Amino acid sequence: MANIISDETIEYVGILAKLELSDEEKEAAKSDMGRMLDYIDMLGELDTDDVEPMSHAFPVQNVFREDVVTGTDIRDQILKNAPEEKDGMFVVPKTFD
Amino acid sequence: MSNITELDALTLGREIASGNIKVREATESYLSSIKAKDEQYNCYVTVDEEGAMKAADEVQARIDKGELDGSPLAGVPVAVKDNMCTEGLLTTCSSKILYNFVPTYESTAVGKLRDAGAVILGKTNMDEFAMGSTTETSYFGPTRNPANPEHVPGGSSGGSAAAVAAGECAYALGSDTGGSIRQPASYCGVVGIKPTYGTVSRYGLIAYGSSLDQIGPLTRNVSDAAAVLTAISGHDERDSTSVDKPAVDYTQSLVKDVKDIRIGIPRDYFGEGLDPEVAAAVRGAADVLKSAGASVEEFDLSLVNYAIPAYYTIAAAEASSNLERFDGIKYGYRTEEYAGLHNMYKKSRSEGFGAEVKRRIMLGSFVLSSGYYDAYYLKALKVKALIKKAFDDAFSKYDIILGPVAPTTAPKLGESLADPIKMYLGDIYTISVNLAGLPGISVPCGTDSAGLPIGVQLLADCFQEEKLFRTAYTYESVK
Repeated sequence: MANIISDETIEYVGILAKLELSDEEKEAAKSDMGRMLDYIDMLGELDTDDVEPMSHAFPVQNVFREDVVTGTDIRDQILKNAPEEKDGMFVVPKTFD
Repeated sequence: MSNITELDALTLGREIASGNIKVREATESYLSSIKAKDEQYNCYVTVDEEGAMKAADEVQARIDKGELDGSPLAGVPVAVKDNMCTEGLLTTCSSKILYNFVPTYESTAVGKLRDAGAVILGKTNMDEFAMGSTTETSYFGPTRNPANPEHVPGGSSGGSAAAVAAGECAYALGSDTGGSIRQPASYCGVVGIKPTYGTVSRYGLIAYGSSLDQIGPLTRNVSDAAAVLTAISGHDERDSTSVDKPAVDYTQSLVKDVKDIRIGIPRDYFGEGLDPEVAAAVRGAADVLKSAGASVEEFDLSLVNYAIPAYYTIAAAEASSNLERFDGIKYGYRTEEYAGLHNMYKKSRSEGFGAEVKRRIMLGSFVLSSGYYDAYYLKALKVKALIKKAFDDAFSKYDIILGPVAPTTAPKLGESLADPIKMYLGDIYTISVNLAGLPGISVPCGTDSAGLPIGVQLLADCFQEEKLFRTAYTYESVK
């Protein structure tokens, strides 16, 4: 395997991905990601120096419109999906001491 | 009428329009079919019996008043993949993290079906967040292939494809990010089309890879597919990637004539890894079209093997970004015990997502991280441009590219998930279509010696659905 994923890398990616992996999952992730990157490295065989990266398959432009409210007030229905709500607001854990 | 569930969608629609079958009768037939079969096949995550019966009466009233004249699907029962938001009806993406999510709004595609008089039976099973090729990564257990329940239905729209094949709905909606409509259609022996990117609004479709995702129909035949796509397509200002073109009636393309159609068969699609029985069935389909008057020749498409690594880089990157919204605050699953905000995010996500979803979020986060962005993500976008160019060159010579949908017929349950790369390789013929934004259709073209269905894939250049439907319809009519 050409790509060796270190413990530090998995920790770092876990932070970026907001995932907390068990030790077993970390080992699996190291091996999976290494194998995937080995595979993706195949793209290096292609010369892309003069190629523009393509994010959309055909030209798309940002679409603007007036900032006008069109929806109706469905606050109560939206809050019904929240794991915890109070007085018409989402409840989140304490964010600072 | 006892054979309602054997009718294709347009035939059922005609019987309903002429008053021979009542919408309530059609809906009840499908609900009993689901009751009889779904314990075995597990096509549905949610069956909305009450909502369907209520809709049946409402639609019948609209039909009786003449409000749905000219709507060929009025009263016809449909199943919807569980990644499209349905107002007031559970929408899970087959994930624990959305196990209790009830959308407050309707996805545009579903809203258009309701306007056309569709009766929604329920929500179909899928690979979690559409990440998978077998429907085995669903939190709600795998779906089984009606052709042989020991085998997978394909994925990720496996529930939709199996429900159509099993007669548990007249037709279904699926979504396709790398083959997720066409491959299960092929495995289950039904028709599935992924339209040109931007044809169907993605508003209300829970995003996986936003630059690749498209909604499309899974149906009993090509005519139904054209009618359903006509109903759900069109510009939508709520999706900024929705293409601003005049509405098209795709049923006008259902013409038996391919004399002007130039078909190219990529030689590189028939190399190592392709099952000989699949190859023979697909070549047989090409012969049928040739006899019907199309010109057929082989050519080298090039870059075929590079589509998979480019796709998985781009799709994982977009997925890692799109799935950031699942944080245990506004909706869905929240972990029971946690210490502070960040721990709550991490634990909710780690407990709420399954293994394949976590694998792709990790990969996506990595390829987008500083230091690796250029080497992986940007490189993949450049290869995407090369792949697009290869298709542009091909479509300067051919109207249609014909090939297999998948290298094999449906594998047995439990054989695919252990080796992710091997599973990803199964997407080789479908995946480049999403990178290039092209329309592609899978049409049944036979079975293997074990009786499992095989599909032939037809591709056309962007916005050339007319040629796609015409060729597929001709093949289906004369085969």
